[in-house]
Amino acid sequence: MRKLVLALVVCLMATGAAFAADDVIKIGVFNCLTGQNAFGGQLELEGTQLAQKEIPEVLGKKIELVIVDNKSDKVEAANAVTRLIERDKVNAIIGTYGSSLAMAGGEVAEKAGVPVMGTSCTNPLVTQGKQYYFRACFIDPFQGAGAAAYAYRDLGFKKAALLIDVANDYSVGLGNFFKQNFTKLGGEIVSEMKYQSGDQDFTAQLTELISKKPDIVFLPAYFAEGAIVLKQAKELGAEFRFMGGDAMDNPEVVTLGGDAVEGFLHTTFAYDPSMPNMNPVAQKFTENWKKAFPGKEPNVNAALGYDSYILIVDAIKRAGSADPKAIRDALEQTKDVPTVTGMTTLNATHDAEKELGIVEIRDGKKQFIGTVTP
Amino acid sequence: MTLNMFVQHFINALGLGSLYGLIAIGYTMVYGILRLINFAHGDIFMLGAYFVFFSTVMYKMPWAVGVGIAILGATLCGLLVDRVAYRPLRSAPRISALISAIGVSFFIENLAVVVFTGMPRPVVQPPMLMKAFSVGGVRLVPLGLMVPAISFVLVSGLLWVVYKTKPGLAMRSISHDIETTRLMGVSVDRIIALTFAIGSALAAVAGIMWALRYPRVEPFMGIIPGFKAFIAAVFGGIGSIPGAMLGGLALGFVEIMSVAFFPKLSGYKDAFAFVLLIVILLAKPTGLMGEKLEDKI
Repeated sequence: MRKLVLALVVCLMATGAAFAADDVIKIGVFNCLTGQNAFGGQLELEGTQLAQKEIPEVLGKKIELVIVDNKSDKVEAANAVTRLIERDKVNAIIGTYGSSLAMAGGEVAEKAGVPVMGTSCTNPLVTQGKQYYFRACFIDPFQGAGAAAYAYRDLGFKKAALLIDVANDYSVGLGNFFKQNFTKLGGEIVSEMKYQSGDQDFTAQLTELISKKPDIVFLPAYFAEGAIVLKQAKELGAEFRFMGGDAMDNPEVVTLGGDAVEGFLHTTFAYDPSMPNMNPVAQKFTENWKKAFPGKEPNVNAALGYDSYILIVDAIKRAGSADPKAIRDALEQTKDVPTVTGMTTLNATHDAEKELGIVEIRDGKKQFIGTVTP
Repeated sequence: MTLNMFVQHFINALGLGSLYGLIAIGYTMVYGILRLINFAHGDIFMLGAYFVFFSTVMYKMPWAVGVGIAILGATLCGLLVDRVAYRPLRSAPRISALISAIGVSFFIENLAVVVFTGMPRPVVQPPMLMKAFSVGGVRLVPLGLMVPAISFVLVSGLLWVVYKTKPGLAMRSISHDIETTRLMGVSVDRIIALTFAIGSALAAVAGIMWALRYPRVEPFMGIIPGFKAFIAAVFGGIGSIPGAMLGGLALGFVEIMSVAFFPKLSGYKDAFAFVLLIVILLAKPTGLMGEKLEDKI
């Protein structure tokens, strides 16, 4: 009986959707609005909504956002995408925070042939072998290359060392990409030390690193461990500098590390509300955000949610059609689209190529000191 | 490797090893008298670190007061764990008490997540303990020397209590035969409570020093050190107090020295420690200083 009722309800909803007007373009959003990733997902959604308010139309048709919560859960993520495609018949989809959720949803969209724009899912696997998944963020190989280029070219460091968390795929991957690129540029890796997630004593590794006298140590750590590494390095009198990845882009680094994080460098997306010389898109975004959400600072996630929308609308404009297949083909041709996080080009693997921001901690504050293109 | 690098590694290892040893003593004492592996011990360690964080960082109390509060608070928590989770199971099969210990451990960790939140919080180190100085190319901070010194003083004090005082005699007696001890007119529950109190107080001291050395606290910070300390206790011969200290130091030295001598294999630091453990246990199943007991698990 319950099944019958359910079937009836589904039928009703399906016919309801079929009656939807033809002159509306629907963009589905699946993101983590509840659950453990809600902090990032909410900001991304708000970014997307802000973009929709600014650009409510394309090709003379109204754009409507259909929002579904994936509850930070892989099963729900697949369900959410199914719902967007089957019931709401969306033309394109935006989402999500969290690479594993993106992968779960991506399978469904791939089969149905609806293009998806990933917001902040940086794992290379998200778009690998996919025809329909794209993303507005860069991926770890790109970040590793950018970090290496900055250390070698801009800072002039010739001798680098690595301190890697062997129990963390992100850390191992990013560390390897840094190493490859740094040696390719002509630099030398003088030492490669390892630790494991959860370790709290890094004195042995740091003492070893100090003896090898590198100019810079690349530390692709998560912020909680990274901050402690910096603290212990200072105690041991390390004279080299440290550089980390986007996972160190967290205000807690300063709270945990105190004055030991002074001069620490890390790569991140090229947006921060405090950055000087913002590009015009970022300026407009920051202004409008402050009007829309007074008292709440925008961050990188909000920017990427905004950028994802811009990239899809740009593709629809160029395709001259809102047909999912046409949007997909146009997305593949995306080149130098001005977005909040810099000029965005989507490459052959559907990943964004854009400037990489370099941050240095000065006087306990995050300072944007430049951008780099590897 | 140069000599001063070796000395630097030696000092690092001494600091880490003595902390492991201090935590290991709590495991070994409870095991010695009750044959119970007190899995909640690592969480008492975590609570000690949190108490000192709250009193000194949040409420800005002086360090001496904060340390006192932390030791007292952790001791009370240890006593409470014994009273609520272990004492009712004193005559139950040993496995029931073990499961209860695992349950208490999960309970404390998750309660800590709810009450303290899962975010790691920074501990502010007293600057005078962190003033670095160099001796012949070896870099030292006062804290690095204080940690082993305090540990050795505490262990010596504990050995005196166990071997030279009446409650100590009662403890040793319980570890041999709990029923006979009871018949001799010893208040067994009180002595067991005392054991938990001493073990928890030492865990709290270790927690405070850990929080100073690795300056952040989080609800799961006790799991890995607790686990390592348990291994150290087995390694040294569970039930033996000098054994626990020795086991802790040995573990600290193996971890640090394996990285020092084989930097290429630094990712296998824990593997080295565990291989050594297996080898020692194969050669000497009771551990370095363990006595032969009839009914070990």
